[in-house]
Amino acid sequence: MLKLRNLSYETVVGLLAAASVILLVAPTLVILVMSFTGDFLLRFPPRSWSVRWYVELFENSPQIAASAWISLQVAFISTLASTTLGTLAALAIAGRKSTWAVALDSLFMSPMVFPAMSLGLALLLLLSMLGLRPSLWSLTVGHTVIVTPFVIRMVSAAVQQLNPVLLDCSASLGARRTFTFFNVTLPLIRPGLLGGAVIAFLTSIDHVPVSLMLSDPRVETLPVNLWILLDSNLDVRVASVSGIIVAITLVVILVLDRRMLGHVPR
Amino acid sequence: MRASGTASGYLSAAPLALLFTVAYLVPVGILVIVSLSASTSGFDFTLAHYVEALTNGFNLGILSDTLVLGLQVSFATMLAAYPIGLLFMRCGPRGRAIIVFLILLPMLTNTVVRTFAWMIILGREGVINISLLSIGWIEEPMRMLYTRTGLIVALVQIFLPLMALPINASLARINDNLVKAAEGLGASRFYIFRTVILPLSLPGAIAGFLLTFAGSSTAFVSQTLVGGGRQIFMPLLIYQQAIGVQKWNAAAALSIVFAIAILAIVFTMNRYSRKYLRGMDA
Repeated sequence: MLKLRNLSYETVVGLLAAASVILLVAPTLVILVMSFTGDFLLRFPPRSWSVRWYVELFENSPQIAASAWISLQVAFISTLASTTLGTLAALAIAGRKSTWAVALDSLFMSPMVFPAMSLGLALLLLLSMLGLRPSLWSLTVGHTVIVTPFVIRMVSAAVQQLNPVLLDCSASLGARRTFTFFNVTLPLIRPGLLGGAVIAFLTSIDHVPVSLMLSDPRVETLPVNLWILLDSNLDVRVASVSGIIVAITLVVILVLDRRMLGHVPR
Repeated sequence: MRASGTASGYLSAAPLALLFTVAYLVPVGILVIVSLSASTSGFDFTLAHYVEALTNGFNLGILSDTLVLGLQVSFATMLAAYPIGLLFMRCGPRGRAIIVFLILLPMLTNTVVRTFAWMIILGREGVINISLLSIGWIEEPMRMLYTRTGLIVALVQIFLPLMALPINASLARINDNLVKAAEGLGASRFYIFRTVILPLSLPGAIAGFLLTFAGSSTAFVSQTLVGGGRQIFMPLLIYQQAIGVQKWNAAAALSIVFAIAILAIVFTMNRYSRKYLRGMDA
């Protein structure tokens, strides 16, 4: 009786896990297949196969290409800014229990739960109050705020695992603080720092609400552009863009050191 | 190291604090001021926009519906994540690496792309309808895209990684001897799950729940594309009020109300769960 019940537990858990894994993976597979459709409609499975939408994308889609370029610039600069400033901040506040440290940590983490559409509107109001038009720079500043929590989480986790004895050793051997930082601290927190940077970059590339609020025809990011294409009419070119994005994501994951992804934020 | 106890220990946090002041605290302050003003030209104090946001049945309905959507998605995602976690717990290093890969691939794939995939899967001529039609289970295509259920399924998939990773982490930390002891004492697997595994993995589940709640109730892209035009949630309402009809003050009040609602729920659940978990340790 006992054995039988345990067996049924295994079966139930196994089946549910299989269902969840299929749920996780199915959309990616659907996208990859769909991107090779030869049809003008998004039906699945496609009736004919071709790479026409990839060709269409590379030859007749200057707007998508331009928005992808905007997205890359914004993601690159905001990653650089958030990783630099976020690492410096995490070094100051990680693991400290004082009121200031806790308050700063809550402030830096709060964009993760503060509705991004509200933040987007707030930034837009600030811009109009200053008499500025949305630009690549305002977009980048907004994205930096959005992605900073991920950097803080990852780097803080790495800093807390840092053995303070190593820093004391370095100091007692007469090393300056900057020398210790670049030769002891930085190499030790590197996995967390790189992990934070990768997640910051991918979050920025992914982000819509703030970009939408701060967009004008000159500064439209790729996901905003895709959202508009899907919201108005189901443009099949989105399938080929998606195919490329999935391929890039695959490469990123395979290239990443598994150790680095050991501390994904929780 | 000497300086770490004093104010100068925080010096390296100053640049980020400055950025957050200029690009986060000040804008949100302006948002509050605009929400309390009758018009955008000059400041004349009024609470009218808050009264409108909180008493107008249309607005209030959208607010509560958005929060309910977030809770529904969070619970469903938790149900979907636990089996993966239990599988993860059983696996060796290799199996675990594969599971982590299967979780990271969708997590790191663009949300617009994943939402688009769900439009294809749920559509009239989508994966589900075509396969069910071809095996003769249904005669007519079912309406799944632009429905509440369709939206929930898509959001569950989109937030499953954020739930599965912390649950996996806390399940992997459970001391194997506890499970073995319970087995040795003759407990069934269901009983062990309910009394040992579930309570010990709650910190991870709660972390995932909060992230999923905050994420899915603000998931503008999926809400608009999979939910369709007939289901309006707070992010779209704010966007329409601000950009669509240029009612900046009303949009600001809605933004503040929405933000306070989300933050209050996350904060309360965080507090409450910590208290509960601390009680369990004792």
